[in-house]
Amino acid sequence: MTPLLQVEGLEKHYPTKSGLLGRSGGVVRAVDGVSFSIARGETLALVGESGCGKSTTARLVLRLIEPTAGTVRFDGIEVSGKAELRALRRRVQVVFQDPYASLNPRLRVGEAIAEPMEVHGVGDASSRAARVQELLGLVGLAPYHAQRYPHEFSGGQRQRIGIARALAVQPELVVCDEPVSALDVSIQAQVVNLLKDLQQRFGLSYLFIAHDLAVVRHMADRVAVMYLGQIVETAPKRTLFAAPRHPYTRALLAAIPHPDPRRRGRVAHLGGDVPSPVNPPPGCRFHTRCPHAQPICREQAPPLREIATAHASACHFAEDLPAFDAAAAEGIAPLAAQRLALYAAAKARRSA
Amino acid sequence: MSQPLLQIEGLRTVFRSSVGEIAAVDGVDLAVPRGRTLGIVGESGCGKSMLSLSVMRLVPPPGRIAAGRVMLEGRNLLELSPAGMREVRGSRVAMIFQEPMTSLNPVHSIGRQITEAMRAHDKTASAAELRDRAIEALKRVRIPAPERRFDDYPHQLSGGMRQRVMIAMALACRPALLIADEPTTALDVTVQAQILDLLRELQAETGMSIILITHDLGVVAEMADEVAVMYAGRVIERAAATDIFASPQHPYTLGLLGSIPRLDEDRERLLAIEGAVPPPFALPKGCRFHPRCPFAIEACKAAQPALEQIAPDHLAACIRAPVEQAVELVA
Repeated sequence: MTPLLQVEGLEKHYPTKSGLLGRSGGVVRAVDGVSFSIARGETLALVGESGCGKSTTARLVLRLIEPTAGTVRFDGIEVSGKAELRALRRRVQVVFQDPYASLNPRLRVGEAIAEPMEVHGVGDASSRAARVQELLGLVGLAPYHAQRYPHEFSGGQRQRIGIARALAVQPELVVCDEPVSALDVSIQAQVVNLLKDLQQRFGLSYLFIAHDLAVVRHMADRVAVMYLGQIVETAPKRTLFAAPRHPYTRALLAAIPHPDPRRRGRVAHLGGDVPSPVNPPPGCRFHTRCPHAQPICREQAPPLREIATAHASACHFAEDLPAFDAAAAEGIAPLAAQRLALYAAAKARRSA
Repeated sequence: MSQPLLQIEGLRTVFRSSVGEIAAVDGVDLAVPRGRTLGIVGESGCGKSMLSLSVMRLVPPPGRIAAGRVMLEGRNLLELSPAGMREVRGSRVAMIFQEPMTSLNPVHSIGRQITEAMRAHDKTASAAELRDRAIEALKRVRIPAPERRFDDYPHQLSGGMRQRVMIAMALACRPALLIADEPTTALDVTVQAQILDLLRELQAETGMSIILITHDLGVVAEMADEVAVMYAGRVIERAAATDIFASPQHPYTLGLLGSIPRLDEDRERLLAIEGAVPPPFALPKGCRFHPRCPFAIEACKAAQPALEQIAPDHLAACIRAPVEQAVELVA
């Protein structure tokens, strides 16, 4: 079966200008040869630090910006001309990170949700109004919320509005660009649960952009880790978390705060910042921060290669990395776990 | 035990509004021991930031501190003159915020901003002396090549570097207490880990106390010695960090714990807390958490539970805690 989305060799380079005369300087390789695919009903997570090119990749998939090179195929058809683009615009929708910036403050919520339907000529005024009511219910808001303005809502509610708007024209793929990063942990959990419920109900595919692997664990089927414009590791979720085969993936996992004070201070954290994409380091781009770097890493760029079925890593020493310390698997205290289970049971009883 | 560095008693911060006086902080008692970290946890709108602004006496109008005492090193900060309080800010208590970009002045170099803070508390130092001390401060927060960075502007730095600069400014006058209000919320997890490491190292070096305000119990577990969980303007659970995580008592604390996506567990759904924190002008009667609490019973709607000892050195404000006993009563 053809994948719903197939991205091949995607590149986005920006020329940098310097000086008063705007002479061209270097080239920012924001996205530098990225390939992946997403099957129907699947969630692929794209993970990495700020500046790794994950949001640029999302914008390229949405064709909000034009790629320097590479192809995007949607449902087997290459998106290039205007007609394909119009179809893509309806079948692919997006949920942005900042629910404060992504809603027009002067549109009532009902109007904002109906807008994509108007743009694509779906239904008439009364059917659209009915659909708005239905969508509000789907995302856990009330019908009267359609008459309100965005400033009357909390961050979590605004993100629900953003999701309702994305679903209005029944897309097949939803690009979620850090949809929960700006929210409180408790509200993140609500929105993550909602996205999962909606996926099950409508068979949606997600391209889920995130910088936090812990959230990804709950959302994704497969994960691709990006660093400086390139994918450095990709694997099914379980494999990636149990046996990561790239030092950068391991560093991201180690950085997640763990809700257990007994584990405190056990991991050495990754130093430094992401280097500039104008002048990426030679050889392996991660070698400047890598605890396992060898001379070869400074000279030769490791290709992304398959090291097991469906598991690829761009590390010269992917097979030779020390066994991964799955210290995170220690779990929480028994009494805390027991009370959490009671909480879950009581909550289930209340909602039943 | 020796006297804590900071002791807050019965603190109440109110805002006047069209519906009358509303309390953003509603009777809070807390203590921060010397050289230790107190983590204050809760969702947006629970009053944790207003609490820290109250300690600094920086509550924005029309808000005001209506009652209570804030004892720092034996002095009640609420009784100081405005000039006396200015002296305390920066030199005894300093604060860092979530978004370093909005707390730094974009049109001045970071070096100038650090020396400015130093000059406010030391009028006699020469410019060259201040420059040396600022570079020293940048070095302390592990900024590489601080001599070069001195003349950089905030936009030339990454988010993590900017937060390091904020910490350098905050610690320039060696305060006894650092209040960190969501210091890592806007940062990548890798940078967050670096900043938390840095704060721990600086605490070990200087012996300062830290109040860490966050919505993330994971961050609290990494940093705090003592934990206070806040909800709707009140502290609803207080204990040592090890006890909070080994034996969380209040259902709200359980909900926060259940909301954290964990690496060590394959759950299909996260255990979210439904709904949101009620605004201070529309607080429910009785326990303020009862509309969102899966354990709530009629009695919870009747009276506000007091913060009481539920185990040694462990306080909780819940008539249903510990919940394993409550559930037996229901069944």
